[in-house]
Amino acid sequence: MSTQLTPILTKFWDDPQSWTLDTYLRNDGYKALRKAVTMQPNELVAMTKDSGLRGRGGAGFPTGMKWGFLPPPDGGPRYLVVNADESEPGTCKDIPLMLAAPHILLEGVVITSFAIGCEHAFIYLRGETVHVYRRLLRAVEEAYAAGYLGKNILGTDFSLEVTVHAGAGAYICGEETALLDSLEGRRGQPRLKPPFPAVAGLYARPTVVNNVESIASVPSILLHGADWFSGMGTEKSTGFGIFSLSGHVTRPGQYEAPLGITLRELLELAGGVREGHELKFWTPGGSSTPIFTAEHLDVPLDFESVAAAGSMLGTRALQIFDETTSVVRAVARWTDFYAHESCGKCTPCREGTFWLSQIMERLEHGRGSQDDIDKLVDICDNILGRAFCALGDGATSPITSAVQYFREEFEAGMHTPAAELFPPSRSTLFAKETVAP
Amino acid sequence: MTEIEHTANTGHSDDRTAMSEAGAAPDPVHRQTPLHASDQPYDAHVLAQLDADAALIIARYPQRRSALLPLLHLVQSVDGFVTGRGVNWCAEKLELTAAEVSGVATFYTQYKRHPNGDYTVGVCTNTLCAIMGGDEIFERVSDHLGIGHDETTEDGKVTLERVECNAACDYAPVVMVNWEFFDNQTPQSATALVDDLRAGNEVTPTRGASRACAFKHTERVLAGFPDGLADEGVGAGPASLEGLKVAHQRGWTAPDPGADDDHGPEGADGAGEAER
Repeated sequence: MSTQLTPILTKFWDDPQSWTLDTYLRNDGYKALRKAVTMQPNELVAMTKDSGLRGRGGAGFPTGMKWGFLPPPDGGPRYLVVNADESEPGTCKDIPLMLAAPHILLEGVVITSFAIGCEHAFIYLRGETVHVYRRLLRAVEEAYAAGYLGKNILGTDFSLEVTVHAGAGAYICGEETALLDSLEGRRGQPRLKPPFPAVAGLYARPTVVNNVESIASVPSILLHGADWFSGMGTEKSTGFGIFSLSGHVTRPGQYEAPLGITLRELLELAGGVREGHELKFWTPGGSSTPIFTAEHLDVPLDFESVAAAGSMLGTRALQIFDETTSVVRAVARWTDFYAHESCGKCTPCREGTFWLSQIMERLEHGRGSQDDIDKLVDICDNILGRAFCALGDGATSPITSAVQYFREEFEAGMHTPAAELFPPSRSTLFAKETVAP
Repeated sequence: MTEIEHTANTGHSDDRTAMSEAGAAPDPVHRQTPLHASDQPYDAHVLAQLDADAALIIARYPQRRSALLPLLHLVQSVDGFVTGRGVNWCAEKLELTAAEVSGVATFYTQYKRHPNGDYTVGVCTNTLCAIMGGDEIFERVSDHLGIGHDETTEDGKVTLERVECNAACDYAPVVMVNWEFFDNQTPQSATALVDDLRAGNEVTPTRGASRACAFKHTERVLAGFPDGLADEGVGAGPASLEGLKVAHQRGWTAPDPGADDDHGPEGADGAGEAER
């Protein structure tokens, strides 16, 4: 039997005014919060642990465990910081969530803050989405007016202030410690861990950093129970998640489903690869996750199965490319991205991505040399695991996986430009439109 | 691409600024103006407004320095880019050095180091959008306007940029106008879009406010000052709803909380929801 979709976070996105407090209240909004404030904070942490919820921002670290790492209260401030810096190429779930239903996130923020003893929470939104920022600011304003934020929430002793902070354009700020530096008004560069943010995070105080979708999942878990949540998905990858299909697919979009659904099932729901074409390669979770091919159509999209097949579930950003696409061109562009976004702190990443980008550029234009493939793999080997954060690792994923599955295309890059082998105009959505030569 | 040294640029420019002396009328728009280029003081009333806004921004954070990113957005909302006087003003407000502020301003791509057009048109040329047509769109718009990446039309209306993934891949190829979404673009629609912007016609984002606002206006919002447009535009675009549509068609819903549901969604605790 095929896996069924489970609209939970996306349930009322089609409401004409989906973003307002009124709409949210008509859809069980803030009911979970009413329940939360009658519970003990440690019960909420335990519930989140029991649900098996794992971070939805890519790494998949158990959310409840992250909360549990905070040291015991010492009377000083503790912070919740929501990572809303969604920038991983292919990833496009948090931005539509916050545009359509910012109050789901906000309710999750209030509940989580209550659970971890935080009185000032931050939502760090990437700055390049101004309307999402408007919606979040408005939602916060509504929530203050309604008594879900501010002093003595719902008549309790619990008070919470929320600041929505707009970034200014830097992929690296999606890395949690770089995000904290950025939020402190610095260049967004990662910190050496340990200490982890749970011990010394924002302003060197105990801090929980969670992804938007993770926090937005909390109200439904509280409302329906940890068992309800863990009843979905697989044993170790419980619950639901938003799967984002993009690229050469008939109906790209957001599909909310239990973890463990396969690309074959998702493609069936999305009308398949665009008509007259076939799947060539895809990313399971953004550009930093090693690519897959048609042989991986039946890999269950959960953390363990995707890892066992040689990639990572990441952010469930399924970018679909058909047979018209040059894998060398695709990888060259991702490599440019990592070179552009490397913060420059760690030498292997700063220098390595620069050299990778030079070599990929040669190969894309049919000017590669005999030893370029070996050199690529060697440089990747020298970046992987040798930088503070995962950006460098991510830069190597598309290259090493593409060489593994499509080595012959890299070899062709020694004499033939990718644009000759795979004319770019055939890959475009407007392939029928006359494209200037 | 020709980049001509700005006449006001009295300092030496860095190596990346290609200079063409030959027969150049001073180009008012293509330039890499150093951060210190604009040091004339703010008018008193402008400064008073900036100071008042800064006080509100600083109050949002437990520590002053956290206000730096919004303050830099605020500087751009007044000056149109990060000016030398803006850097000095931020430094003064936050008790930092100008070097510390410049170090931050030069790290983030949204902070412009030279005067920006009224509309930043950002064509996504990261892999997915590029392959779906973003490269053709950028090329066509660039040819049409006669400018390259990070350059501005002579009328000061449009600054063209290649942008990285903007989290709208299901709407590829995507173009951003002052950080509003223009989804599912083609070379034709994008050239029409920039023509409208240059002609002063209103353009409507696919998912966003009812009109694309000017650069300085947008920067003020990004500094955290709402402009009252949050309720405009759609909640979700068509692609965002594809999965929900399939679920509706097939009668699929999330699992019923079921037997162990002692406090389910239909529970009595919803009473009194509307009044506070």
